[in-house]
Amino acid sequence: MTDQEILSGLAEIVEEIAGVPADEVTPEKSFVDDLDIDSLSMVEIAVAAQDKFGVEIPDEQLKDLKTVQDVVNFVSKGV
Amino acid sequence: MAATLRRGERSIPPYSPIGSRILAFGGYQPDQVVTNDDLARRVDTNDEWIRSRVGIESRRVAGPEESVTDMATVAGGKALAASGLSPADIDLVVVATCSTILPMPSVAAVAASRLGIIAPGAYDLNAACAGFCYALAAVSDSLKAGSARNALVIGAEKMTDWLDWDDRSTCIIFADGAGAAVVAAVPDGVPADSAGPRGDERSRPPSTPGRFIGIGPVVWGSAGDQGNKIQVTSRTGAITQDGQGVFRWATSLHPVALQACERAGISPADLTAFIPHQANLRIIEALARKLGIPRERVADDIVHAGNTSSASVPLALSRMAEQGRLESGTPALLMGFGAGLSYAAQVITLP
Repeated sequence: MTDQEILSGLAEIVEEIAGVPADEVTPEKSFVDDLDIDSLSMVEIAVAAQDKFGVEIPDEQLKDLKTVQDVVNFVSKGV
Repeated sequence: MAATLRRGERSIPPYSPIGSRILAFGGYQPDQVVTNDDLARRVDTNDEWIRSRVGIESRRVAGPEESVTDMATVAGGKALAASGLSPADIDLVVVATCSTILPMPSVAAVAASRLGIIAPGAYDLNAACAGFCYALAAVSDSLKAGSARNALVIGAEKMTDWLDWDDRSTCIIFADGAGAAVVAAVPDGVPADSAGPRGDERSRPPSTPGRFIGIGPVVWGSAGDQGNKIQVTSRTGAITQDGQGVFRWATSLHPVALQACERAGISPADLTAFIPHQANLRIIEALARKLGIPRERVADDIVHAGNTSSASVPLALSRMAEQGRLESGTPALLMGFGAGLSYAAQVITLP
Protein backbone atom coordinates (compact mmCIF):
# COMPACT_ATOMS: atom_id res chain seq x y z
CA MET A 1 0.00 0.00 0.00
CA THR A 2 1.43 3.38 -1.04
CA ASP A 3 1.59 6.40 1.25
CA GLN A 4 -0.95 8.06 -1.05
CA GLU A 5 -3.36 5.17 -0.54
CA ILE A 6 -2.88 5.32 3.21
CA LEU A 7 -3.46 9.08 3.14
CA SER A 8 -6.72 8.81 1.24
CA GLY A 9 -7.90 5.96 3.46
CA LEU A 10 -7.04 7.99 6.55
CA ALA A 11 -8.81 11.05 5.15
CA GLU A 12 -11.99 9.00 4.70
CA ILE A 13 -11.76 7.84 8.31
CA VAL A 14 -11.22 11.38 9.61
CA GLU A 15 -14.18 12.64 7.62
CA GLU A 16 -16.44 9.90 8.94
CA ILE A 17 -15.42 10.21 12.57
CA ALA A 18 -14.69 13.90 13.00
CA GLY A 19 -16.71 15.44 10.17
CA VAL A 20 -13.64 17.10 8.63
CA PRO A 21 -13.92 17.12 4.80
CA ALA A 22 -11.49 14.53 3.41
CA ASP A 23 -9.76 17.03 1.09
CA GLU A 24 -8.69 19.08 4.11
CA VAL A 25 -6.83 16.10 5.56
CA THR A 26 -3.43 16.85 4.05
CA PRO A 27 -0.05 15.56 5.29
CA GLU A 28 1.21 18.70 7.04
CA LYS A 29 -1.97 19.22 9.08
CA SER A 30 -1.88 18.86 12.87
CA PHE A 31 -4.86 16.90 14.18
CA VAL A 32 -5.30 19.04 17.27
CA ASP A 33 -4.31 22.51 16.02
CA ASP A 34 -5.47 22.45 12.40
CA LEU A 35 -8.26 19.89 12.25
CA ASP A 36 -9.68 20.50 15.76
CA ILE A 37 -9.63 16.79 16.59
CA ASP A 38 -9.38 15.92 20.29
CA SER A 39 -7.81 12.93 22.03
CA LEU A 40 -11.04 10.88 22.09
CA SER A 41 -11.57 11.28 18.35
CA MET A 42 -7.93 10.30 17.87
CA VAL A 43 -8.66 7.04 19.71
CA GLU A 44 -11.57 6.38 17.38
CA ILE A 45 -9.45 7.21 14.35
CA ALA A 46 -6.76 4.81 15.61
CA VAL A 47 -9.28 1.99 15.99
CA ALA A 48 -10.74 2.65 12.54
CA ALA A 49 -7.24 2.80 11.06
CA GLN A 50 -6.46 -0.55 12.65
CA ASP A 51 -9.59 -2.05 11.06
CA LYS A 52 -8.74 -0.55 7.67
CA PHE A 53 -4.96 -1.05 7.49
CA GLY A 54 -4.40 -3.89 9.96
CA VAL A 55 -1.85 -1.86 11.93
CA GLU A 56 -2.42 -1.41 15.65
CA ILE A 57 -1.87 2.08 17.02
CA PRO A 58 -1.68 1.74 20.83
CA ASP A 59 -2.94 4.53 23.13
CA GLU A 60 0.57 5.30 24.39
CA GLN A 61 1.73 5.82 20.77
CA LEU A 62 -1.10 8.19 19.90
CA LYS A 63 0.20 11.27 21.68
CA ASP A 64 3.32 11.20 19.47
CA LEU A 65 1.32 11.14 16.25
CA LYS A 66 0.64 14.84 15.89
CA THR A 67 0.26 15.34 12.15
CA VAL A 68 -1.50 13.45 9.38
CA GLN A 69 1.94 12.55 7.96
CA ASP A 70 2.93 11.06 11.36
CA VAL A 71 0.03 8.60 11.14
CA VAL A 72 0.72 7.83 7.48
CA ASN A 73 4.37 7.07 8.37
CA PHE A 74 3.37 4.90 11.34
CA VAL A 75 0.90 2.88 9.28
CA SER A 76 3.29 2.66 6.35
CA LYS A 77 6.00 1.13 8.56
CA GLY A 78 3.55 -1.41 9.99
CA VAL A 79 1.87 -2.54 6.77
CA MET B 1 -41.14 -16.84 58.85
CA ALA B 2 -44.78 -15.83 58.62
CA ALA B 3 -44.13 -14.22 55.28
CA THR B 4 -42.42 -17.35 54.01
CA LEU B 5 -45.38 -19.45 55.04
CA ARG B 6 -47.77 -17.04 53.44
CA ARG B 7 -45.99 -17.44 50.13
CA GLY B 8 -45.81 -21.20 50.56
CA GLU B 9 -49.51 -21.50 51.20
CA ARG B 10 -50.36 -20.15 47.80
CA SER B 11 -51.25 -22.75 45.29
CA ILE B 12 -49.31 -22.09 42.13
CA PRO B 13 -50.47 -24.28 39.26
CA PRO B 14 -47.74 -25.45 36.92
CA TYR B 15 -47.48 -23.60 33.64
CA SER B 16 -45.11 -23.21 30.71
CA PRO B 17 -44.37 -19.63 29.86
CA ILE B 18 -43.22 -19.05 26.33
CA GLY B 19 -41.45 -15.76 26.84
CA SER B 20 -41.11 -12.64 28.90
CA ARG B 21 -41.80 -8.99 28.37
CA ILE B 22 -41.40 -5.63 30.05
CA LEU B 23 -44.60 -4.01 31.29
CA ALA B 24 -43.35 -0.65 32.56
CA PHE B 25 -40.39 1.45 33.66
CA GLY B 26 -39.77 3.76 36.60
CA GLY B 27 -36.93 6.07 37.57
CA TYR B 28 -35.66 8.16 40.43
CA GLN B 29 -33.03 10.88 40.72
CA PRO B 30 -31.98 12.66 43.89
CA ASP B 31 -32.91 16.37 44.20
CA GLN B 32 -29.44 17.86 44.46
CA VAL B 33 -28.14 19.11 41.10
CA VAL B 34 -24.39 19.48 40.62
CA THR B 35 -23.41 21.57 37.59
CA ASN B 36 -20.12 21.62 35.73
CA ASP B 37 -19.48 25.09 37.14
CA ASP B 38 -19.89 23.67 40.65
CA LEU B 39 -17.16 21.12 39.89
CA ALA B 40 -14.94 23.75 38.26
CA ARG B 41 -14.87 25.59 41.56
CA ARG B 42 -13.28 22.54 43.16
CA VAL B 43 -11.05 20.95 40.51
CA ASP B 44 -9.21 22.25 37.46
CA THR B 45 -11.88 21.73 34.80
CA ASN B 46 -14.53 23.76 32.99
CA ASP B 47 -18.01 23.50 31.57
CA GLU B 48 -16.92 23.55 27.92
CA TRP B 49 -14.36 20.77 28.41
CA ILE B 50 -16.81 18.51 30.25
CA ARG B 51 -19.58 19.06 27.70
CA SER B 52 -17.28 18.34 24.75
CA ARG B 53 -15.45 15.32 26.20
CA VAL B 54 -18.18 13.66 28.24
CA GLY B 55 -21.44 15.33 27.20
CA ILE B 56 -22.67 15.98 30.73
CA GLU B 57 -24.24 19.34 31.61
CA SER B 58 -25.37 18.48 35.12
CA ARG B 59 -25.79 15.46 37.33
CA ARG B 60 -27.68 14.48 40.49
CA VAL B 61 -26.10 13.58 43.80
CA ALA B 62 -27.80 11.77 46.68
CA GLY B 63 -27.79 13.28 50.16
CA PRO B 64 -25.67 11.80 52.96
CA GLU B 65 -28.67 9.93 54.40
CA GLU B 66 -29.99 8.69 51.06
CA SER B 67 -28.96 5.09 50.38
CA VAL B 68 -28.90 2.83 47.35
CA THR B 69 -31.83 0.98 48.92
CA ASP B 70 -33.83 4.21 49.31
CA MET B 71 -33.36 5.06 45.64
CA ALA B 72 -34.04 1.49 44.51
CA THR B 73 -37.29 1.49 46.47
CA VAL B 74 -38.61 4.70 44.91
CA ALA B 75 -37.73 3.67 41.35
CA GLY B 76 -39.15 0.18 41.91
CA GLY B 77 -42.37 1.63 43.33
CA LYS B 78 -42.82 3.86 40.30
CA ALA B 79 -42.31 1.01 37.85
CA LEU B 80 -44.74 -1.14 39.83
CA ALA B 81 -47.38 1.61 39.84
CA ALA B 82 -46.95 2.15 36.09
CA SER B 83 -47.26 -1.59 35.38
CA GLY B 84 -50.73 -1.93 36.83
CA LEU B 85 -49.59 -4.93 38.89
CA SER B 86 -49.86 -5.02 42.67
CA PRO B 87 -47.04 -5.93 45.07
CA ALA B 88 -48.72 -9.30 45.56
CA ASP B 89 -48.17 -10.13 41.89
CA ILE B 90 -44.37 -9.85 42.14
CA ASP B 91 -42.41 -12.95 43.14
CA LEU B 92 -38.85 -12.04 42.13
CA VAL B 93 -36.84 -8.88 42.81
CA VAL B 94 -33.31 -8.41 41.45
CA VAL B 95 -31.21 -5.30 42.03
CA ALA B 96 -28.14 -4.55 39.95
CA THR B 97 -25.68 -2.44 41.92
CA CYS B 98 -21.95 -2.06 42.36
CA SER B 99 -21.87 0.84 44.82
CA THR B 100 -23.31 -0.28 48.15
CA ILE B 101 -21.03 0.46 51.09
CA LEU B 102 -22.44 -2.40 53.14
CA PRO B 103 -22.58 -5.87 51.56
CA MET B 104 -25.54 -7.12 53.58
CA PRO B 105 -28.48 -7.33 53.75
CA SER B 106 -29.15 -7.23 50.03
CA VAL B 107 -30.75 -4.12 48.58
CA ALA B 108 -33.29 -6.32 46.81
CA ALA B 109 -34.72 -8.00 49.91
CA VAL B 110 -35.08 -4.74 51.85
CA ALA B 111 -36.47 -2.72 48.94
CA ALA B 112 -38.99 -5.49 48.19
CA SER B 113 -40.15 -5.52 51.77
CA ARG B 114 -40.56 -1.75 51.81
CA LEU B 115 -42.68 -1.99 48.66
CA GLY B 116 -44.98 -4.51 50.33
CA ILE B 117 -43.81 -7.38 48.16
CA ILE B 118 -44.20 -10.45 50.34
CA ALA B 119 -41.38 -13.02 50.40
CA PRO B 120 -40.16 -12.73 46.81
CA GLY B 121 -36.97 -14.33 45.60
CA ALA B 122 -34.57 -11.43 46.09
CA TYR B 123 -30.91 -10.89 45.33
CA ASP B 124 -28.38 -8.28 44.24
CA LEU B 125 -26.17 -8.68 41.20
CA ASN B 126 -22.93 -6.90 40.37
CA ALA B 127 -21.90 -6.49 36.76
CA ALA B 128 -21.11 -2.79 37.28
CA CYS B 129 -22.40 -0.58 34.46
CA ALA B 130 -23.63 -3.64 32.54
CA GLY B 131 -25.62 -4.69 35.62
CA PHE B 132 -29.13 -3.83 34.47
CA CYS B 133 -28.78 -5.77 31.22
CA TYR B 134 -27.34 -8.74 33.13
CA ALA B 135 -30.19 -8.58 35.66
CA LEU B 136 -32.80 -8.30 32.91
CA ALA B 137 -31.33 -11.37 31.21
CA ALA B 138 -31.22 -13.40 34.44
CA VAL B 139 -34.77 -12.41 35.32
CA SER B 140 -36.09 -13.05 31.83
CA ASP B 141 -34.60 -16.55 31.92
CA SER B 142 -36.12 -17.19 35.35
CA LEU B 143 -39.53 -16.12 34.05
CA LYS B 144 -39.25 -18.31 30.95
CA ALA B 145 -38.16 -21.25 33.07
CA GLY B 146 -41.25 -20.88 35.22
CA SER B 147 -39.27 -19.94 38.35
CA ALA B 148 -41.25 -16.71 38.74
CA ARG B 149 -44.25 -15.02 37.14
CA ASN B 150 -43.65 -11.31 37.54
CA ALA B 151 -40.42 -9.65 38.51
CA LEU B 152 -39.07 -6.29 39.46
CA VAL B 153 -35.63 -5.49 38.05
CA ILE B 154 -33.85 -2.45 39.45
CA GLY B 155 -30.55 -0.72 38.78
CA ALA B 156 -29.58 1.55 41.69
CA GLU B 157 -26.32 3.32 42.41
CA LYS B 158 -24.79 5.83 44.74
CA MET B 159 -21.56 6.20 42.78
CA THR B 160 -20.65 9.35 44.68
CA ASP B 161 -19.90 7.20 47.74
CA TRP B 162 -16.93 5.90 45.72
CA LEU B 163 -15.74 9.18 44.22
CA ASP B 164 -12.67 11.22 44.92
CA TRP B 165 -14.03 14.75 44.45
CA ASP B 166 -10.49 15.95 43.78
CA ASP B 167 -9.97 13.52 40.87
CA ARG B 168 -11.10 15.53 37.87
CA SER B 169 -11.05 12.51 35.57
CA THR B 170 -13.82 10.75 37.51
CA CYS B 171 -15.73 13.29 39.63
CA ILE B 172 -17.12 14.94 36.49
CA ILE B 173 -18.58 11.65 35.23
CA PHE B 174 -20.32 9.63 37.92
CA ALA B 175 -23.65 10.33 39.63
CA ASP B 176 -26.48 8.79 41.64
CA GLY B 177 -29.91 7.45 40.74
CA ALA B 178 -32.09 4.40 40.17
CA GLY B 179 -34.22 2.91 37.42
CA ALA B 180 -36.52 -0.08 37.32
CA ALA B 181 -38.61 -2.30 35.08
CA VAL B 182 -41.48 -4.67 35.80
CA VAL B 183 -41.08 -7.85 33.78
CA ALA B 184 -43.73 -10.52 33.27
CA ALA B 185 -43.73 -14.04 31.93
CA VAL B 186 -45.77 -14.41 28.79
CA PRO B 187 -47.87 -17.42 29.74
CA ASP B 188 -48.79 -20.32 27.57
CA GLY B 189 -51.85 -19.51 25.50
CA VAL B 190 -50.82 -15.98 24.56
CA PRO B 191 -50.11 -16.15 20.84
CA ALA B 192 -46.44 -15.80 20.05
CA ASP B 193 -47.16 -13.09 17.51
CA SER B 194 -48.98 -10.89 20.01
CA ALA B 195 -47.30 -7.70 21.06
CA GLY B 196 -49.29 -7.92 24.27
CA PRO B 197 -52.28 -5.99 25.48
CA ARG B 198 -50.45 -2.67 25.20
CA GLY B 199 -48.83 -3.32 21.84
CA ASP B 200 -49.92 -1.56 18.70
CA GLU B 201 -49.81 -3.82 15.69
CA ARG B 202 -49.74 -0.92 13.25
CA SER B 203 -46.66 0.66 14.74
CA ARG B 204 -44.38 -2.28 14.07
CA PRO B 205 -41.62 -1.81 11.53
CA PRO B 206 -42.45 -3.67 8.31
CA SER B 207 -39.43 -5.97 8.61
CA THR B 208 -40.76 -7.52 11.81
CA PRO B 209 -44.33 -8.34 10.84
CA GLY B 210 -46.06 -9.99 13.74
CA ARG B 211 -42.84 -11.06 15.40
CA PHE B 212 -42.92 -10.83 19.16
CA ILE B 213 -39.51 -10.50 20.78
CA GLY B 214 -40.43 -9.67 24.36
CA ILE B 215 -36.97 -9.86 25.83
CA GLY B 216 -34.52 -11.21 23.27
CA PRO B 217 -31.52 -13.44 23.95
CA VAL B 218 -28.72 -11.61 25.74
CA VAL B 219 -25.24 -11.29 24.28
CA TRP B 220 -22.92 -10.92 27.22
CA GLY B 221 -19.29 -11.30 28.09
CA SER B 222 -16.38 -9.99 30.06
CA ALA B 223 -12.68 -9.17 29.90
CA GLY B 224 -11.27 -9.66 33.37
CA ASP B 225 -7.74 -9.29 32.04
CA GLN B 226 -8.59 -5.61 31.66
CA GLY B 227 -10.16 -5.38 35.12
CA ASN B 228 -7.76 -2.66 36.17
CA LYS B 229 -9.18 -0.24 33.60
CA ILE B 230 -12.01 0.69 36.01
CA GLN B 231 -11.54 -0.26 39.63
CA VAL B 232 -11.70 0.44 43.35
CA THR B 233 -8.61 -0.96 45.05
CA SER B 234 -9.44 -0.58 48.73
CA ARG B 235 -12.44 -0.27 51.05
CA THR B 236 -11.77 3.38 51.61
CA GLY B 237 -10.64 4.03 48.06
CA ALA B 238 -12.29 5.66 45.08
CA ILE B 239 -13.04 4.68 41.49
CA THR B 240 -10.08 5.05 39.18
CA GLN B 241 -10.40 4.77 35.44
CA ASP B 242 -8.17 4.58 32.39
CA GLY B 243 -10.47 6.87 30.42
CA GLN B 244 -8.79 6.50 27.06
CA GLY B 245 -8.50 2.73 27.34
CA VAL B 246 -12.14 2.37 28.34
CA PHE B 247 -13.18 4.68 25.51
CA ARG B 248 -11.30 2.55 22.99
CA TRP B 249 -12.84 -0.65 24.35
CA ALA B 250 -16.40 0.66 24.64
CA THR B 251 -16.50 2.26 21.19
CA SER B 252 -15.44 -1.09 19.72
CA LEU B 253 -18.41 -2.98 21.19
CA HIS B 254 -20.73 -2.48 18.21
CA PRO B 255 -20.37 -6.14 17.13
CA VAL B 256 -22.01 -7.09 20.45
CA ALA B 257 -24.97 -4.86 19.58
CA LEU B 258 -25.19 -6.32 16.10
CA GLN B 259 -25.16 -9.83 17.50
CA ALA B 260 -27.97 -8.98 19.94
CA CYS B 261 -30.06 -7.74 16.99
CA GLU B 262 -29.23 -10.85 15.00
CA ARG B 263 -30.23 -13.16 17.85
CA ALA B 264 -33.53 -11.30 18.13
CA GLY B 265 -34.07 -11.72 14.40
CA ILE B 266 -34.01 -8.05 13.47
CA SER B 267 -31.62 -5.58 11.89
CA PRO B 268 -30.44 -2.33 13.54
CA ALA B 269 -32.61 -0.44 11.02
CA ASP B 270 -35.68 -1.95 12.73
CA LEU B 271 -34.82 -0.40 16.10
CA THR B 272 -36.99 2.51 17.17
CA ALA B 273 -34.74 3.21 20.15
CA PHE B 274 -31.17 2.48 21.22
CA ILE B 275 -30.46 2.78 24.92
CA PRO B 276 -26.77 2.20 25.62
CA HIS B 277 -25.29 2.67 29.06
CA GLN B 278 -24.99 6.41 29.64
CA ALA B 279 -21.24 6.37 30.21
CA ASN B 280 -20.08 9.20 27.99
CA LEU B 281 -21.98 10.93 25.18
CA ARG B 282 -19.01 10.45 22.88
CA ILE B 283 -19.15 6.67 23.37
CA ILE B 284 -22.91 6.72 22.79
CA GLU B 285 -22.52 8.72 19.56
CA ALA B 286 -19.69 6.52 18.30
CA LEU B 287 -21.71 3.34 18.85
CA ALA B 288 -24.82 4.85 17.25
CA ARG B 289 -22.80 5.95 14.23
CA LYS B 290 -21.25 2.52 13.79
CA LEU B 291 -24.68 0.90 14.03
CA GLY B 292 -26.27 3.43 11.68
CA ILE B 293 -28.92 4.43 14.20
CA PRO B 294 -30.16 8.02 13.77
CA ARG B 295 -29.52 10.41 16.65
CA GLU B 296 -33.19 10.97 17.52
CA ARG B 297 -33.59 7.27 18.35
CA VAL B 298 -30.65 7.22 20.74
CA ALA B 299 -30.88 7.82 24.48
CA ASP B 300 -28.93 10.86 25.66
CA ASP B 301 -30.04 10.93 29.28
CA ILE B 302 -26.42 11.37 30.39
CA VAL B 303 -26.66 15.10 29.64
CA HIS B 304 -28.66 15.72 32.81
CA ALA B 305 -28.18 12.47 34.71
CA GLY B 306 -24.45 11.81 34.49
CA ASN B 307 -23.12 8.27 34.54
CA THR B 308 -25.24 6.33 37.03
CA SER B 309 -23.71 2.93 36.23
CA SER B 310 -26.32 0.15 36.37
CA ALA B 311 -29.13 2.69 36.84
CA SER B 312 -28.47 4.53 33.59
CA VAL B 313 -30.30 2.26 31.13
CA PRO B 314 -33.61 1.96 33.05
CA LEU B 315 -33.40 5.61 34.13
CA ALA B 316 -33.06 6.67 30.49
CA LEU B 317 -35.90 4.35 29.50
CA SER B 318 -38.22 5.74 32.17
CA ARG B 319 -37.51 9.30 31.08
CA MET B 320 -37.99 8.45 27.39
CA ALA B 321 -41.31 6.79 28.31
CA GLU B 322 -42.38 9.97 30.16
CA GLN B 323 -41.43 12.08 27.16
CA GLY B 324 -43.40 9.84 24.81
CA ARG B 325 -40.24 8.84 22.95
CA LEU B 326 -40.87 5.08 23.20
CA GLU B 327 -43.06 3.47 20.56
CA SER B 328 -45.05 0.70 22.16
CA GLY B 329 -44.72 -2.76 20.59
CA THR B 330 -41.55 -1.92 18.66
CA PRO B 331 -38.00 -3.23 19.21
CA ALA B 332 -35.38 -1.30 21.22
CA LEU B 333 -31.77 -2.27 21.89
CA LEU B 334 -30.37 -2.07 25.42
CA MET B 335 -26.64 -2.29 26.02
CA GLY B 336 -24.51 -2.08 29.15
CA PHE B 337 -20.72 -2.01 29.49
CA GLY B 338 -18.26 -1.09 32.19
CA ALA B 339 -16.10 -2.35 35.01
CA GLY B 340 -15.14 -6.00 34.90
CA LEU B 341 -14.75 -5.32 32.15
CA SER B 342 -18.20 -6.63 31.35
CA TYR B 343 -20.86 -6.07 28.73
CA ALA B 344 -24.37 -7.23 27.85
CA ALA B 345 -26.91 -6.34 25.18
CA GLN B 346 -30.42 -7.47 24.32
CA VAL B 347 -33.36 -6.38 22.18
CA ILE B 348 -36.66 -5.79 23.96
CA THR B 349 -40.17 -5.10 22.78
CA LEU B 350 -41.10 -1.71 24.24
CA PRO B 351 -44.09 -1.70 26.60
